[in-house]
Amino acid sequence: MTTVAAKPATMAQALTRAMRDAMAADPTVHVMGEDVGTLGGVFRVTDGLAKEFGEDRCTDTPLAEAGILGTAVGMAMYGLRPVVEMQFDAFAYPAFEQLISHVSRMRNRTRGRMPLPITVRVPYGGGIGGVEHHSDSSEAYYMATPGLHVVTPATVADAYGLLRQAIASDDPVVFLEPKRLYWSKDAWNPEHPTDVEPIGRAVVRRPGSSATLLTYGPSVAVCLEAAEAAQAEGWDLEVVDLRSLVPFDDETVCAAVRRTGRAVVVHESTGFGGPGGEIAARVTERCFHHLEAPVLRVAGFDIPYPPPMLERHHLPGVDRILDAVARLQWEAEG
Amino acid sequence: MTVMEQRGGYRSSPPPAWQPRMDPAPLLPDAEPHRVLGTEAAAKADPDLLRRLYAQLVRGRRYNVQATALTKQGRLAVYPSTTGQEACEVAAALALEERDWLFPSYRDTLAVVARGVDPVEVLTLLRGDWHNGYDPHAHRVAPLSTPLATQLPHAVGLAHAARLKGDDVVALAMVGDGGTSEGDFHEALNFAAVWQAPVVFLVQNNGFAISVPLAKQTAAPSLAHKAVGYGMPGRLVDGNDAAAVHEVLTEAVRRAREGGGPTLVEAVTYRIDAHTNADDATRYRGDAEVEAWRAHDPVQLLERELTARGLLDEAGIEAARQDAEAMAASLRERMNQDPELDPMDLFDHVYAENTAQLREQRALLRAELDAEQADQDDRADRDDQEGDQR
Repeated sequence: MTTVAAKPATMAQALTRAMRDAMAADPTVHVMGEDVGTLGGVFRVTDGLAKEFGEDRCTDTPLAEAGILGTAVGMAMYGLRPVVEMQFDAFAYPAFEQLISHVSRMRNRTRGRMPLPITVRVPYGGGIGGVEHHSDSSEAYYMATPGLHVVTPATVADAYGLLRQAIASDDPVVFLEPKRLYWSKDAWNPEHPTDVEPIGRAVVRRPGSSATLLTYGPSVAVCLEAAEAAQAEGWDLEVVDLRSLVPFDDETVCAAVRRTGRAVVVHESTGFGGPGGEIAARVTERCFHHLEAPVLRVAGFDIPYPPPMLERHHLPGVDRILDAVARLQWEAEG
Repeated sequence: MTVMEQRGGYRSSPPPAWQPRMDPAPLLPDAEPHRVLGTEAAAKADPDLLRRLYAQLVRGRRYNVQATALTKQGRLAVYPSTTGQEACEVAAALALEERDWLFPSYRDTLAVVARGVDPVEVLTLLRGDWHNGYDPHAHRVAPLSTPLATQLPHAVGLAHAARLKGDDVVALAMVGDGGTSEGDFHEALNFAAVWQAPVVFLVQNNGFAISVPLAKQTAAPSLAHKAVGYGMPGRLVDGNDAAAVHEVLTEAVRRAREGGGPTLVEAVTYRIDAHTNADDATRYRGDAEVEAWRAHDPVQLLERELTARGLLDEAGIEAARQDAEAMAASLRERMNQDPELDPMDLFDHVYAENTAQLREQRALLRAELDAEQADQDDRADRDDQEGDQR
C-alpha cells in the first residue's frame, strides 16, 4: 500500500470535494441554491458540480431563501437529500420560518415518520471585509431551535468530514462555514478524508494547563495564535474546538475545564444572548468546584455587525483573549 | 410627470435582448367563476361521480357539525369548520389519484378525511395529544400546516422531486384567501412556474382571513389573476359547485401530470361558521350576508341537481344521511375515549438519536413520573388500610 502524503488544500476545496463525493456516492443528494450552478457559488464552493452531475442535481434556484428551503423540505419528503446553500449568513433570515416551523420539527410532528435529511450550508462570520448583511454570526438562533444539529468546521479535514457526516445525517444540519477560512490552507490527506471525529464531539486542538479556551469556527485559529503568544507570559493555554454546538460535548469540555480550572469562551457572535452564555452556564453548573475563576466570555460587541472598516475592533482578537486570560489569573489571586 | 416624460426619455424600441415572453391573455381567468350545476354542462357530468361527490358532501357536512360539537364538549381544543366549503374539500381529495400528494392547511381536515385518512387521526392535532396523528406516507397527505402558506413550497419541492425521479405524481396544495398574502405563497408559485413543477394550487376564497375581508387582503381583480404574473394559468370556479370544482381541479391535475406545469385555482366560497369556536363572527359580518350564502349551499346545490335529473330520490338522500350518521356516531364514540398518552414520547422524536442533553432530560422526566406513580401507589395503599380499619 502506498502512503499518500498530506497535501495543502483550502477549506473551500475540501467542501467542494465533500459535496462531489457525496453526490457520487448517493444519487439522492441534490445541491441547490442561488448561483450554485453555472457560477459555482459566489465563493466557488459548488464549482464544477453542475457540470459533473447536471443541473437537476446542482440547481440554480430563483432568488428566494424561503422558497429554496421550503422546496427542499418537499424534496426531502419524497426521499431526496437536499444540500441547500444560503449564500451569506444574513441572507438566511427569510428562510427562518421554514427552518424553525418545519425543517427542525417535521420528525417530531410526525412521530419519526417523516424525518428531513436536509443540510443547510451557511457561510457565516466576519473578517473578510464584507458590507452589511454579509458577516453575521447567527449560531445562537439555530442553537435555540430543537431538532437542528449545528456544526461548524475550523480545519480543512473537518470541513470535509463534517460536511459528509451532515449530508449523511437523517436529521437536518445547519452547517456553518467560516467564510474567512475558505482560503486558509491545511495539510490534508485526501486519501483518508473522512477520518475525523463525529458530529457532537469537541476536540482539543492544543493541550495546555493554565486555562482552557472554548471556541469554534473562525475563532479557533485566533485562539491558537493567542495560545502561542501566551507562552511569553508563562501561560500554557488549552484550546478546545467545539466543532458541534448542537449536540454539545459537555464531556470533553468539562474534562478540559476541570484540568485547568479556568475557562474563557471565545466567539464572534454577540455576547448578550450569545452561545457563550449557554456554554459558560453549562461549564459553571458542571465544574463549579473545579473552577479557580469565573468563566469569562470574549465575544463580539452587542452591536449589529459593524461596517468593514471597523470590524477589526469588534472581532475578538489575540489581545482581547490574552486580557481575559490575565483577568482569570487576577481572580484566582484576589 | 408621466412615464414618457421621465428623465432618460421614452425608448421607442425595447432594449436589446429583452422581449416580453408572451401575451398574458391565455393565462387570464374567466370573468365569471366556472359553474356546472344548474347549467346545461351538468348534463354531461358523470352521474356516478356526482353521486360520489354527494355522498362525500353529506358526510363532510355531518363531520363539520360533529367536530364542532366535540369542541363544545371539550374533546377538541379547537376546530376550524369548513361548513359551507365542503365542495372544495371533497373535490380536492377526489381529483387526485392514489399516488398523488395532498398538502392541506389546518382548516382542511375534511379533504384529508375524504382522502381516506382515519377521522380520529386527522383530529389529533386539534385534540392536542400529538401534532400529527397520521402517517403522511400512508395516504400521501402532508401534515396539516398551521403556519399559513408554508406548505405550498413543500408541495412544489415534492412534485419537483417526483418528476426528477420519473414518477408522474402530482401535488395539490390548499391555502385560504389570507394565505395568498404570505411571502411563501409568492415563492411557491414562482418556483413552481420556473420549474414547471406538477403542482396545483387551490385557493379557497371563503371571504375572510379570520375577520379581515378579501377587499382588505388584496387589490387584485381576483386571486386567480395572480397566476398571470407567474406565468401559469389561473382558473376561477364557484367553490360551492362540487361538480365545477372537481372538473377544474381534475383538468389542472391532468395538465400537471402531462408536463403542462402548475395551475392556480381560486374557488369562491364562504365560511358559514366562525373562523373557529373561539371566534365571534358577528363582529365583522352581518346575518344577511351569511343567509345569502346559505341559499347557495354546496350540499343543497348538488342535491337539487341530482334530484332534478332523477339521479337521486328520497331513499338515496336517506341512505347518504344514514351513512353520515354512522360516521358521526363512530367519530363521537372514538373521540370520547381518552387518548393514551406516554409522556416519554416527548423525547422520542426530536432527533434520530437522542443527544446526551436529551438523555439527561429524559431520565429526569422518568424519575418524576416514577415518583408520581410511587406517590399514587402509597396513597392507594393508605386508602386501602384505612378502608380495612373502618
